[in-house]
Amino acid sequence: MANTNITADTDVHAAHAHHEHDEHHDEHWLFKYIFSQDHKMIAKQFLIMGIFWAFLGGALSSLFRIQLGWPEASFSWLEPILGQWVEGGKLNPEFFLALVTMHGTIMVFFVLTAGLSGTFSNFLIPLQIGARDMASGFMNMLSFWFFFLSSIIMFVSLFLQTGPAAAGWTIYPPLSALPQAMPGSGAGMTYWLVAMALFIISQLLGGVNYITTVINLRTRGMSMTKMPLTIWAFFLTAVLGLLSFPVLFAAALLLIFDRSFGTSFYLSDIYVAGQALPNTGGSPILFQHLFWFLGHPEVYIVILPAMGLVSEVLATNARKPIFGYRAMIGSIFGIAVLSLVVWAHHMFVSGMNPFLGSVFMFLTLIIAVPSAVKVFNWLATLWRGNIVFTTAMLYAIGFVSIFISGGLTGILLGNSAVDIQLHNTYFVVAHFHLVMGSAAFFGMFCGVYHWFPKMFGRMMDEKLGYVHFWLTFLGVYLVFIPMHYVGIAGFPRRYYSFTAFETFSQFADLNMFISAAAILAFLGQFIFLFNFIYSIYRGRRASMNPWHSNTLEWTTPVNPGHGNWPGEIPAVYRWPYDYSKPGAAEDFIPQNVPFSQTESSNLPNERDFE
Amino acid sequence: MNTTTLEQPRTGTWDGGNEPFKASYGKLMMWFFLLSDTFTFAAFLTTYGFIRHSHHAFTGSHDTFKFSVDYWPVPDKVFNAFPGLHGMDLPLAFVALMTMILILSSVTMVLAVEAGHRMDQKDVQKWLLWTILFGSCFIGSQVWEWTHFIHGTEAGMTLVDGTKIFGANLVQNQYGPPLFADLFFFITGFHGTHVLSGIVLLIIIFINTVNGTYQRRGHYEMVEKVGLYWHFVDLVWVFVFTFFYLV
Repeated sequence: MANTNITADTDVHAAHAHHEHDEHHDEHWLFKYIFSQDHKMIAKQFLIMGIFWAFLGGALSSLFRIQLGWPEASFSWLEPILGQWVEGGKLNPEFFLALVTMHGTIMVFFVLTAGLSGTFSNFLIPLQIGARDMASGFMNMLSFWFFFLSSIIMFVSLFLQTGPAAAGWTIYPPLSALPQAMPGSGAGMTYWLVAMALFIISQLLGGVNYITTVINLRTRGMSMTKMPLTIWAFFLTAVLGLLSFPVLFAAALLLIFDRSFGTSFYLSDIYVAGQALPNTGGSPILFQHLFWFLGHPEVYIVILPAMGLVSEVLATNARKPIFGYRAMIGSIFGIAVLSLVVWAHHMFVSGMNPFLGSVFMFLTLIIAVPSAVKVFNWLATLWRGNIVFTTAMLYAIGFVSIFISGGLTGILLGNSAVDIQLHNTYFVVAHFHLVMGSAAFFGMFCGVYHWFPKMFGRMMDEKLGYVHFWLTFLGVYLVFIPMHYVGIAGFPRRYYSFTAFETFSQFADLNMFISAAAILAFLGQFIFLFNFIYSIYRGRRASMNPWHSNTLEWTTPVNPGHGNWPGEIPAVYRWPYDYSKPGAAEDFIPQNVPFSQTESSNLPNERDFE
Repeated sequence: MNTTTLEQPRTGTWDGGNEPFKASYGKLMMWFFLLSDTFTFAAFLTTYGFIRHSHHAFTGSHDTFKFSVDYWPVPDKVFNAFPGLHGMDLPLAFVALMTMILILSSVTMVLAVEAGHRMDQKDVQKWLLWTILFGSCFIGSQVWEWTHFIHGTEAGMTLVDGTKIFGANLVQNQYGPPLFADLFFFITGFHGTHVLSGIVLLIIIFINTVNGTYQRRGHYEMVEKVGLYWHFVDLVWVFVFTFFYLV
């Protein structure tokens, strides 16, 4: 076996010797489904948690969209659920802030970080590089359980009497640091910080595992430049998380001390209700720097895995090699490096030195280059392809569309002068919801539809998939394109209501339209939920390689057991994108087919390998 | 070309099926964890720099220095006590001793790892024990230093309203601005927690060594992994020391 003879570590020996016996069918259900160390089961656990959080996050957004679209609406019908948060038929303004905060926190961290990376890094890394499992199955299991614990704490915080955290998902102090500042900065904030600390531990446990697995456990022949782009994306995402999450951890720890132990790291010269606080010398700007040092890489932690999934699905379903494979790797790498040095573009108007602002503006605009390289490569991959419109492919194409639409406004926002007008308006909200929110969701859907057969051995329903796609795709555009106008008009984000401003009344219809579209798009997701659950039990049975794909996961049995391949792990001879190779018998040549078997299609430089 | 040889996949350093850094996954994980921990400490030390920069520095001559909330204190004047030598002005003497002890513990750690390579169980035990001893000495010294810092000097500091405060805690500080004490407690505390976890790890692998677990396993890689962590914690101290006591 490939992995056993490469290491002197007996731990690995023990673990892999264990895998060689394919005798896991009689495993106790508790260890098969709950405390599983199998990367595939852990991936499904992350996916199901992610779906749960996504519906909760979406439901919260529907609530505040009702308030924003119909400011006069009565919430009395929601009293059975929201209880005291509805006062005299009106939504409590403090609770509105809590809704916005929790929507952001849940979507960014629990769905698009844990739900996306957690699912697909876990599922695809061992399968696509040809490994029996992650380097450490135990740490992988711990990673999920830390995430689960964090989820419970965050979920419980929704039911606190003073409400969950409400200072925005960016939890800027002093608002978040002073319990007397708002109800949400009381117990809710404490729960938030504890949950996030556990979340970061989960991310680090997962991250070191992903990285070491990719470095050490690739099968024979799987060089770094024969890896599918998915693996490159997961690999660099994990590196990025490993470097930036500790800084959020540091920021959160300092905030905990400010909140609970009387320090003044972020606090200085504050009056609350006429009373001067004793804190002196700290700086809230410091928090912003520390937060955004994570916060900016975080958006790439969210989008890079989606890009990887989309690259893979586009090439497979266009039946063409991905255009510019090495340029793709280079641009992922470029994005990862640049993402660490642009954080202060979130702080252009925070009182930062304008010279520093122009440096960060320059670096920010450079990110457009690798992003554009990726976009053009995707378009060139589609160009004259023999496109198969599977649901996953629709989502992949939708991803490219949405990433372009959202990315263009990023070029505007990256300019520090333009940001003076647009900062903290709905323009920003529209921008990032398109470019990282919806786009990452599209990447995630693309991944779920494409790899569902490998996960559950059955196919998802295509027709329901089409309906789901078109509802989501149109919904996203109908929500976020008008939102740009609202933003340019000057609507600030996180406001409870705009009825007090006469100028804004002419946009009341537009806000209503956005809300209606958002709620419809949210309801459309239940089609996905039905399709997902129904197909697990009743879907059409999948074949081994339903999409005629080249990568290694499709060489495993339909329902791979713990250890993935019943026999020896296949060796790898070629890159993963030999689609429609001229002269080949079929329009795909899997990675584990040696060149000696494909003499009719080998290129001149590949003749040596025959 | 010969088909039989080329039937095999490539076998270069990065061609898969091997360990490109010639390090097991466990060792790689430790390296990447340390990389990540570097960023945690970097964030704290950046915070220190940021806050210190936003305070005034003491500009008078060294002899006329007095504790005041108006400027950042001179470390020579804060950390000048030594256990048993009451009332003497020994700037940075004690912390220099602490640093020496910690660096010595790194030396003994290296010797333990080296003994592990020789599969010499007795030597591994011996050097691990010395490392645990020096590590504990460091923690003990830090406890003394914290105690002294918390109790303060006899003179204390007189505030503008005439009241006197002695010693430091997270909300008040006789040596200067409160944030000086906040950062001191937070950063040396965070480092101390790392040392303490290191000692716990060392004790665990010491017990395993005594029980012959690694001898049976055929290698002492666990000692190496804990060694990596221990050296990292030492290295971080060098930076903490530089920032707090020297600069």
